[in-house]
Amino acid sequence: MPEIQTKEQLREACEQYQKLLGSRLGLQGDDTRMILICGGTGCQASDSQGIEAEFQRLIAMNGLEGKVAASISGCFGFCEKGPIIKIFPENVFYVQVKVSDVAEIFESHILHGQKVKRLLYTEPASKQKIDTSEEIPFYKRQQRVALRNCGLINPERIEEYIATGGYQALARVLSEMTPDQVIDEMKKSGLRGRGGAGFLTGRKWEFARKYAGDEKFVICNADEGDPGAFMDRSIMEGDSHSVIEGMAIAGYAIGAHQGYVYIRAEYPLAVQRLEIALQQAREQGLLGKNILQSGFDFDVAIRLGAGAFVCGEETALIHSLEGKRGEPGTKPPFPAEAGLWGKPTIVNNVETLANIPVVYQRGADWFSAIGTATSKGTKVFALAGKVNNVGLVEVPMGTTLREIIYDIGGGIKGGAGFKAAQTGGPSGGCIPAQYLDTPIDYESLASIGSMMGSGGMIIMSDQDCMVNLARFYMEFIVEESCGRCAPCRIGNKRMLEILTGITEGRGTVEDLRELKALSETIMDTSLCGLGQTAPNPVLSTMKYFMDEYEAHVLRKTCPAGVCQKLLRYEILPAKCIGCTACARGCPVSCITGAVKQVHTIDQSKCIKCGACQTRCKFGAVVRN
Amino acid sequence: MNTTPSQASCCGASHNPQFQELDAYLNGLQLDLKDPRRKDKLITTLHRAQHIFGYLPEEVQVFIANRFGISHAEVSGVISFYNFFTTTPKGKIQVNVCLGTACYVNGADKVLQEFERVLGIKSGEVTTDGKFSIESLRCVGACGLAPVVTINSKVYGKVKPEDVRDIIEKFLINEIEPEKEAAHA
Repeated sequence: MPEIQTKEQLREACEQYQKLLGSRLGLQGDDTRMILICGGTGCQASDSQGIEAEFQRLIAMNGLEGKVAASISGCFGFCEKGPIIKIFPENVFYVQVKVSDVAEIFESHILHGQKVKRLLYTEPASKQKIDTSEEIPFYKRQQRVALRNCGLINPERIEEYIATGGYQALARVLSEMTPDQVIDEMKKSGLRGRGGAGFLTGRKWEFARKYAGDEKFVICNADEGDPGAFMDRSIMEGDSHSVIEGMAIAGYAIGAHQGYVYIRAEYPLAVQRLEIALQQAREQGLLGKNILQSGFDFDVAIRLGAGAFVCGEETALIHSLEGKRGEPGTKPPFPAEAGLWGKPTIVNNVETLANIPVVYQRGADWFSAIGTATSKGTKVFALAGKVNNVGLVEVPMGTTLREIIYDIGGGIKGGAGFKAAQTGGPSGGCIPAQYLDTPIDYESLASIGSMMGSGGMIIMSDQDCMVNLARFYMEFIVEESCGRCAPCRIGNKRMLEILTGITEGRGTVEDLRELKALSETIMDTSLCGLGQTAPNPVLSTMKYFMDEYEAHVLRKTCPAGVCQKLLRYEILPAKCIGCTACARGCPVSCITGAVKQVHTIDQSKCIKCGACQTRCKFGAVVRN
Repeated sequence: MNTTPSQASCCGASHNPQFQELDAYLNGLQLDLKDPRRKDKLITTLHRAQHIFGYLPEEVQVFIANRFGISHAEVSGVISFYNFFTTTPKGKIQVNVCLGTACYVNGADKVLQEFERVLGIKSGEVTTDGKFSIESLRCVGACGLAPVVTINSKVYGKVKPEDVRDIIEKFLINEIEPEKEAAHA
């Protein structure tokens, strides 16, 4: 492969490679059939690789090379319905495809032009089959900026990224702009950090540029530790080059020549894709010495995390990168002044970096026209939990929760009622139904006791217990607290003990006061962001769901029926016909009774799994 | 600590193929003992060592410490900080139950309990025959498949407690299969 040495060569490469995308870009006169198969972690877990291999085999067997092509792509986002495949130029979208379905798709759709109806997406409300992704409600309201290439290009081929205009933002920056102009443009765009805190990216760059240093560094924070969030993983798996290009632009702006991607070891596929992308970018001359003959040198190395949530905090991340225990440090000095090895360093999140090339390709004005007054652009949310359409959702800032959950997410699973949306992970809070119409941006979420966070959004239904959820997050924090400062190490442990007591029926009214007092102390005195935000889930659930806390404490009941110690399964003698179904289904054999006789549950052995209740066809098993 | 650094490194490295593999990896890093920044490769090296040995026993820690020119205490301190590293062997078949939020609200705790009950061990333990171990982990990022269980490198999605017995039995029948998969990973 020839190296790309100038801006002109890059533009020529783009035109030349566009043929590769052909029907995917809707180019006139290109009727090559393209089969894209989702190669994200979720779909690969359901054997999307087997699907691709089967298509390749059938293409070769029928001698259709050159007329039909099959390729993996990044995540389409609609993970609930995976594995997903998309066929161009018709843009037909097949869901939940199995390897055994491939022969039928090939025979019917590819060879005879007949869509396989049973594999099309079914609109749950109207029960109608929908052919193309554009018409699916899940996609209709989305605006894909950070995810622009996910599910469009093969992430393992730099040619396809270049064909979408990739690396042209870098070329423009290097050839037309001074670093100060680059920073000004970034400030003008209003892009704020997508990792959680929402600091203005341009401002961060400006600080790092200002501090003198013989060396500076750009770090990509890919330590996506918020449980239930997978935006950054999908971007790295589906479009690693956009992150690399963003890092190179950031490097030019602050005067850095080395970048690091600090990535979770739990994301092997993302690491692999990133390695491939880096190698290809170097081969093409888009990383390394004298990029596009601008005199600017920049390269990127990968460093693995090792499973520590606190390493998402920038000072802890830097310590981990230096090969130390990932404990946070005090700020100031901020990394922009003294970061990696004491040198000026910026730490930007994956999604932030993926947005950067767009800002320079389409202009700061275009970017800042999207969103609200204080929060510009779009935000990717990982929609999960009790919602029908689990997946990645990218919407303009200012979209309401209701639109995300009901229009895009298809409402609550199993027709249950909405209880709360949890955003911001273990540092965030729960948003109750009364705020469903709040336009989402950094400020509005903070004002209702939650936070934007990195974009995890877990939907809770009326079958979820908010006290237990607060306990869940506190357990997470206690496990992940690094132990360096006392408020976080000891205080959160005490909070967890109290919450566990409440969910097990040992709670008192005094406990509720104690939780609030501890929360305030921990927030005021912890060293880093992890401790300072740790009590948020407890405080927000206490604020909006105090009735549930009171039920646990005063009446020793769990209204949602989740807290096992507070549950009791009983068999109603009037309804039991003695069919033995419950006894046979009980995993601990604690139900006794002869055939056609009333059965009873031995409460001392019952593990409250509820298997008996599911099995009873006569409604004789009740949960109290 | 009874083992002195020199004992551990000389005895281990010369005869044991695992140590030879680690040794070759470390040679490839071309560590410059005068460069304070060499330590940024420590965590990556520990990943590699754990991949080779399955865990990080004391002699491996000492071996790595010597090659990096740092104290055993420093290496041990890094290992104990990160969840990913273990100083005790895990089972041949490693069951990991995701307890990320999305999995948790979809009943992952019940799935974990069922694995614990069927295998007769708690999370973090290994069965006496060394065959199975159970761990819980925080989010593999496959929330669309919640609750998720990974066994060695295979991912199981939408797992229900009643599926647990089947999953384990399948693995016991094809005992060779998980090893093949592990070699792939």
